[in-house]
Amino acid sequence: MSVNRREFLRLAGSAAAFGCAFNFPLRAIAGEDSLTAEAAQATGPLKAGRWAMVVDFQKCREINDCRDCIDACHAVHNVPQFDNPKDEIKWIWKEKFEGAFPDIEHRHLVHEVLEKPVLVLCNHCDNPPCVGVCPTKATWRRKDGIVMMDWHRCIGCRYCVAACPYGSRSFNWRDPRPFIKELHREFPTRSRGVVEKCTFCEERLAKGLIPACVEACKHKALYFGDLENPDSEVRRILSEKFSIRRKAGLGTNPEVYYIV
Amino acid sequence: MYDAGKILTGLIIFLALITVPFWYNALISGQADYRPEPKLATSEKQCVAPTDYMKAAHMDFLNRWRDSVVRRGNRMFTTFTGKEIEMSLSNTCMSCHSNKTDFCDKCHTYVGVSPYCWDCHLEPQEVRNVSQ
Repeated sequence: MSVNRREFLRLAGSAAAFGCAFNFPLRAIAGEDSLTAEAAQATGPLKAGRWAMVVDFQKCREINDCRDCIDACHAVHNVPQFDNPKDEIKWIWKEKFEGAFPDIEHRHLVHEVLEKPVLVLCNHCDNPPCVGVCPTKATWRRKDGIVMMDWHRCIGCRYCVAACPYGSRSFNWRDPRPFIKELHREFPTRSRGVVEKCTFCEERLAKGLIPACVEACKHKALYFGDLENPDSEVRRILSEKFSIRRKAGLGTNPEVYYIV
Repeated sequence: MYDAGKILTGLIIFLALITVPFWYNALISGQADYRPEPKLATSEKQCVAPTDYMKAAHMDFLNRWRDSVVRRGNRMFTTFTGKEIEMSLSNTCMSCHSNKTDFCDKCHTYVGVSPYCWDCHLEPQEVRNVSQ
């Protein structure tokens, strides 16, 4: 059977019309709305084309000494607390402005911006240098953009620690177990000789929960969502307010955005 | 053969001495047929796969769970009886096999293996005086 040009065009046209007519209501049923904790619980695992985070640095710096997000994250992920800063393990932490944004910082910058520390975490880059250097594929970029780690597979070579321009990766120089204040028994600890970092709470996303830091922020300074969904909260905020990214000039394409 | 008597006597004494552990176990200790008996306190009737299979291949099975969860992000598993469960050592396995000392360690100690699962994964807290 052969299809001539006219028939082919007619078929293609009606297929496109059919798609347009039924796609819209289907999307509405699937509930691709902005993300809230309650809605998330009902829908099962949270999935996205591209997870991203927005830090409202404007709001965040108004509140001094708040570390709700850091405490929440470090508690659910069994992150140890070492007294010696050389042993420090960090998933989400505060960094001096000139350390977080060395390419933006200058000495005549608005004083209140310069003075306040910036909340930083793994940027889950689109082009992650840590992934390229890992000799055992213990770290890789998932389809939804999360730069994931397999701690079973990490041999502790620390190439990724050297490659990450954001200092987002920490190495366990010592056995972390004795330095965890309260063990969260549902989540593993790490062992000596393994690198660790933020995973955008992928274990919580699988249960339909938003990341622990976002949930813990009572000042609503953290937003988390799907960048590929034009109706998502992160997309709305990024289109409304001016935002910057850390060391974007390096070409890593970081996916944590800062509203200054 | 020179000194045949001395050599043969020496050989017999030597053989008797190096096989002492076997004789000891077979004749004196009465534990020649010792086998570890892991204790399991659970109301569940069935594990996620047939018991014989789990006995022989749980290590391989757990490795496949690990790869599925961590690397492919697939966390659900259908057991051979058709139940949907989460693939998780700490949260699923250890909810039935809740006493590591009385279950896991029993065989692992007997065969002299020390799996490093528990370097990271947390076992449920045990009531110490019961297990000792």
